[in-house]
Amino acid sequence: MAAQNLKHALFCAVITLIISYPILGFNLEAEGINIILNGAETSTIVMVFLAAVVVFLFQLFRENIMATLKSIPTPLPQANKEPMAENKRARIESWVLTAIVVLALFWPFFVSRGSVDLATLVLIYIMLALGLNVVVGLAGLLDLGYVAFYAVGAYTFALLSEYFGISFWMSLPLGALLAALFGLVLGFPVLRLRGDYLAIVTLGFGEIIRILLNNWTSLTGGPNGIGGIPEPTLFGMEFGRRVKEEGNTSFHETFGIAYSGEDKVIFLYLISLVLAVFTALVIRRFMRMPVGRAWEALREDEIAARSLGLNRTAVKLTAFTIGAFFAGFAGTVFASKQGFISPESFVFLESAIILAIVVLGGMGSQLGVILAAIAVTILPELAREFSEYRMLIFGAAMVLMMVWRPQGLMPMRRIHIELKKQE
Amino acid sequence: MQDLLYFSQQLINGLTIGSAYALIAIGYTMVYGIIGMINFAHGEIYMIGAYTALIAITGLATLGIAWLPVILIVALVCAMIVSSAMGWAVERVAYRPVRGRHRLIPLISAIGMSIFLQNYVHLAQGSRNIGFPALIEGSFQFGSEGAFAMSLSYMQITIFVTTLICMTALSLFISRSRTGRACRAVSQDLGMANLLGIDTNRIISATFVIGAALAAVAGLLLGMYYGSIDPLFGFIAGLKAFTAAVLGGIGSIPGAMLGGLILGVSESMTSGYLSGEYKDVVSFGLLILILLFKPTGLLGKPEVEKI
Repeated sequence: MAAQNLKHALFCAVITLIISYPILGFNLEAEGINIILNGAETSTIVMVFLAAVVVFLFQLFRENIMATLKSIPTPLPQANKEPMAENKRARIESWVLTAIVVLALFWPFFVSRGSVDLATLVLIYIMLALGLNVVVGLAGLLDLGYVAFYAVGAYTFALLSEYFGISFWMSLPLGALLAALFGLVLGFPVLRLRGDYLAIVTLGFGEIIRILLNNWTSLTGGPNGIGGIPEPTLFGMEFGRRVKEEGNTSFHETFGIAYSGEDKVIFLYLISLVLAVFTALVIRRFMRMPVGRAWEALREDEIAARSLGLNRTAVKLTAFTIGAFFAGFAGTVFASKQGFISPESFVFLESAIILAIVVLGGMGSQLGVILAAIAVTILPELAREFSEYRMLIFGAAMVLMMVWRPQGLMPMRRIHIELKKQE
Repeated sequence: MQDLLYFSQQLINGLTIGSAYALIAIGYTMVYGIIGMINFAHGEIYMIGAYTALIAITGLATLGIAWLPVILIVALVCAMIVSSAMGWAVERVAYRPVRGRHRLIPLISAIGMSIFLQNYVHLAQGSRNIGFPALIEGSFQFGSEGAFAMSLSYMQITIFVTTLICMTALSLFISRSRTGRACRAVSQDLGMANLLGIDTNRIISATFVIGAALAAVAGLLLGMYYGSIDPLFGFIAGLKAFTAAVLGGIGSIPGAMLGGLILGVSESMTSGYLSGEYKDVVSFGLLILILLFKPTGLLGKPEVEKI
C-alpha cells in the first residue's frame, strides 16, 4: 500500500511539474519580428517546484490528511443545531433585507462619487444575477448566452435614443420587453433540448448577437459602439449643468441648489436600487406562484413533472423570458450609466461572471445571489493588486464550489415539512 | 476556369481547417461518448498545446538547432506531453469528483476550468498575441497564367497528412488494442464494464489523455497555419470543434472527422463567397440548426432516455 501510494504521489508531482513548468518557467517575448524565450524569475521557478512538493506530500499522506480533516467538527452552525423555524427565519430575513435597503437608500449621500458609481455597477450585476438565477437556479436551464439579452436591452436604449430621441424612462420597459421577446423567440425552439446542449446553443446565440453587433456597422457603429446616450431625467429635470433638450429644466435650478456632478451619479444609483429591489420582489413573487414551483419541479425531475401534467415548454419558456426581461432592464441602466456602449461589454466572459455569481451564491437562493454579486464586484476593487487574478480565482472558485459545495454558499431553502424521526 | 480555381481554393482551405477541427473534435466526442459530459476546457488544452509547441520551437532556436524535422518532432512531442498531462490533471481535479452528479454540475465545473486555464496562460505569457514562425513555407501553384492562382501550400499538405496519420493511428488503437477495446466497452455501458473488471477510472483518464494529445497536434498545426496565437484562441476553436463533433454525431469518432471537414468547408465557403466576418455566425448557426433538427448528428446513434 505504501509503495503504491509513493508511486502515485511521485506521478502526481511529476504531472504538476509538467503542466506548470513549461508555461510558467518560460516567457515568450516578441522582439521586433523575432520571438525570444526568457527564463522566468527564480521566485516563480521556486514556486513551481514548491507546488510539486506540496502535491507530492499531499498525495503521499492523503488518507491521513483526509482523516484529520474529517475529525475536525464542521464550523457550520446548521450541522448540530436544530434548524430554525421556517416562519421565524423568513421574518428575520425580511427584516435584514429591509434594513439593508433602507441603509442603501441613505448611504450614497455620505460617500465618495467613485463608491456610488461602483455601487451602481453592483446593483446592475444584482439585477442580472437575479434574472439568471430564475433561469439557471430555479428552472435548471443553463444559459451561457445570457449576456445577449443584456446587450439587447442596452442597444435598444442606445439606438432608440440615437435615432428617435426616446428617453430613458420610455426605453426601460421597451428594452426589457424586447429582450424578453428575444428570449421568447430563441427559447421556443431550443428549450426542447437537453441541459448541456441547451447551454451550447445559448452560448452560440450569445456569440452570434455579439458578432452581429460588431459587424452591422451602419446600424450599431460596429466596434466603435454608440456614444452620447442620455442620462435619465427626474420628471423632466435634467442633471447636467446645462439643459440639453428643449422643454426640460435642470435639477439644480429648479431646487435652487448649487450644481454638483454628484447629483447625477446618486440619482442613477437610486434608480438602480429601486429597479434592483423591484426585480427581487417580482422574482420572489414568481417563486411562490404556481409557475415558480413548476420551474423547480421541472428542474428536479422532468419526467415526473411532465407526468403530473406540467407543460414543459410553457413552463421553461416563462423562466427564460422572465430572465431575459430583467437582463434587458439591467442593460438599459448599464447603457445609461456608461453613456457609451460597444460589443466589448457583451462578451462571453460577462456571461461567465454572471453565472459564477449565481453559482457562488447558491443556485436558486436570492439572498445568496445578491451577496455573491456584491462580493464578486467589490472584492477586485478592494484588492487592486489582485485584480488581474480575478478571473483566475473565479474559474478556480467555480470548480471548487462544484466539487465541494454545489448548492452554493447560501443554499436555497424552501418551505417544507420533515417527517419526525421514529423514536 | 477562374471560378473553378477559386472554388477549389476555398475547398482546400476549408478541408485544411476542417481536418484540424476534426483533431480537436475527437477529444470532445470521445469524452462525451464515455461519460456524457461536454469537456468545456478542451479548447484551452488545445491552446496550451500550441503555446508549449511555440515555447519548444523558440527554445530549440535559441539552442541553435535548425534542422526542421527535429524542431517539428520535438515541438510535437513536447506539446503532446504537456497537453496530455493537462488533460489528465483536469479530469482528476475538476471532473472526477463531480462525476455522476446532476448534468449541469460537471458542465459548470468545466466552464470554471476553462476560465481558469485561459487566465493561467494569460498571466504566465501575457495577453498579446504572439507570432508563430511559419516553419514550413512554399506552395504548389496552379493556373498561374490567369488572374487568380490557386495555391496549395506545403503547410496545408502537412496538416492533411498529419491528420490522416493521427486518425489512422487512433482508429487502429481503438479497434485493435486492449485499451481501445476497453474504451469501446466503457462507452457502451460504464457500469457493466466496471462489473466485468475493467478499470473504468483508468479508461476515462486514458480518453482524456488521447483527446488532449490530439488537440496538441492540432495546436501545433493551426498555430503554424494561422501564424499567431493568444490565450483566447482556444475558446472559439473549441466551440467550432464541438460543433464539428455534434455535426458528425457526438460520441462517434468517424462522425467527428466528417463533421470537422463539413464545418471547415462551409466556413471557408462563407468567407470566400460572402464575408469573412460572418463565418463564425455560419458555424454557430449550423450548430443551432443541427441541435434543433437532428440532435444525433449525421452518424450518431439516438440516445434513449431510460426512466
